[in-house]
Amino acid sequence: MTALDLSPAPASAPRARRIVGHARTEASLLLRNGEQLLLALVIPIGLLVAGVLVGERVGLDPALLPASVLALALWSTSFTSLAINTAFERRYGVLERLVATPLTRGDLIAGKALATAGIAALQVLIIAAVAFALGWRPVLHLPSAVIAVVASLLALVAFAGFALALAGRLRAEATLAVANLVYLVVAAGGALVLPVAAYPDWAQWPLRLTPFGALGETLRLASVGAADPLPLLILAAWAALALLVARKAFRWTS
Amino acid sequence: MPAAAALALDGVEVTLGGRRVLDGLTFTAAPGAITALLGPNGAGKTTTIRVLTGLVPVDGGTAQVLGRPAGHPDALARLGLMPQATGAWSSIRPLELLRYLAGLYARPHDVHALAEALGITSFARTPYRRLSGGQQQAVNLAGALVGRPEFVLLDEPTAGMDPHARRRTWGLVRQLADAGVGVLLTTHAMDEAAQLADHVWIMDAGRIAIDGTVAELTATESLEDVFLRHTGAQA
Repeated sequence: MTALDLSPAPASAPRARRIVGHARTEASLLLRNGEQLLLALVIPIGLLVAGVLVGERVGLDPALLPASVLALALWSTSFTSLAINTAFERRYGVLERLVATPLTRGDLIAGKALATAGIAALQVLIIAAVAFALGWRPVLHLPSAVIAVVASLLALVAFAGFALALAGRLRAEATLAVANLVYLVVAAGGALVLPVAAYPDWAQWPLRLTPFGALGETLRLASVGAADPLPLLILAAWAALALLVARKAFRWTS
Repeated sequence: MPAAAALALDGVEVTLGGRRVLDGLTFTAAPGAITALLGPNGAGKTTTIRVLTGLVPVDGGTAQVLGRPAGHPDALARLGLMPQATGAWSSIRPLELLRYLAGLYARPHDVHALAEALGITSFARTPYRRLSGGQQQAVNLAGALVGRPEFVLLDEPTAGMDPHARRRTWGLVRQLADAGVGVLLTTHAMDEAAQLADHVWIMDAGRIAIDGTVAELTATESLEDVFLRHTGAQA
């Protein structure tokens, strides 16, 4: 013990190193969590395979399903996983502990964003590769692809904002239950997996105005080489609202 | 002392959920010295730590940390915090946590040397949730020290530790002060305060009831008697 020089020498690491270090730690913890992997990859890939096997019999278009599954994967990572992880970080005092370090709140948010975006990118690569192996051949059209990427980023911000608001208000167990329930409700009826056109007429416009419907429709359109900029506006508005709600609602301690 | 104080709280008031938790709390802590903040459960010790790290804003009074308003990034980067309970992701391994925290600083301790010094090496690869309470506390203490802080906040540092770990921690706290690191220790263990503290503040219901050196406070009765006489039982 005496070998250790305990004299004070505090100094912060550069900001980029703090953010990348935090993102790496969060991503590595998430990737070793079985439940989170189930949400991130196993369920989406299971849906893809099931869609190929029986999709047409239940009215799922095999050309559109992979884009729907990508939307579902982005939703699970940026909402459900983020909400559950952050709620338990609050419960375990991780956020309270990190506050007395050079990691600022801005660094923490940036680190979380980087970890979430990194995992989302990994999901997209793996799911797209599996879909490709199963015969998916999306139409490559640059404007559609650009709109799809921007829509995905806006959707990640919107979903993450709501995830942080939920995790910052409810107890960890309540967040776990609510985040999983909302995940299922949106997956089943939020125009993420099923195209808006599959819903009754009266539900179609309201669904288009949700961030889930806007993301799902944009990715499906992009996969067949079409583009519609309206969902971008819808997603931008949801992203701004979600950031505002998160800023108001988030609490660092439990 | 106030001009050179590492921590200076003056008339701090905090109300949480309609209850006045800190009610005109005033105390100081000197740099390079061990200051103990004693109080019964519910006296406001943990809220005080949260004020010092800027997590809880004050409703009245002022709180200064290392010459900055509490919560200022410059002050936070020079502090080390050992939280009262947990403070780590459940699946992270101790060495992984220490490496991550070390990465936030420009001149951190070598994590292996720190783990060795705190007796963490034997469970360095066990996920945090599988550690005993005392082992988690040792990891939390290492986490508070890894950035070579100027001042450390230790919230009930030896709760859950066995007598060996407790004595080792006391030795380390003494070494910290000898090396020039200021220490604020919250505890309700009288022997801990009596052994370690250069100055003791006893708080009750959100304010200081009495303070002094251990010698001053124990001139005619034990520290525990002083504590019992100046504090009320909390619900």
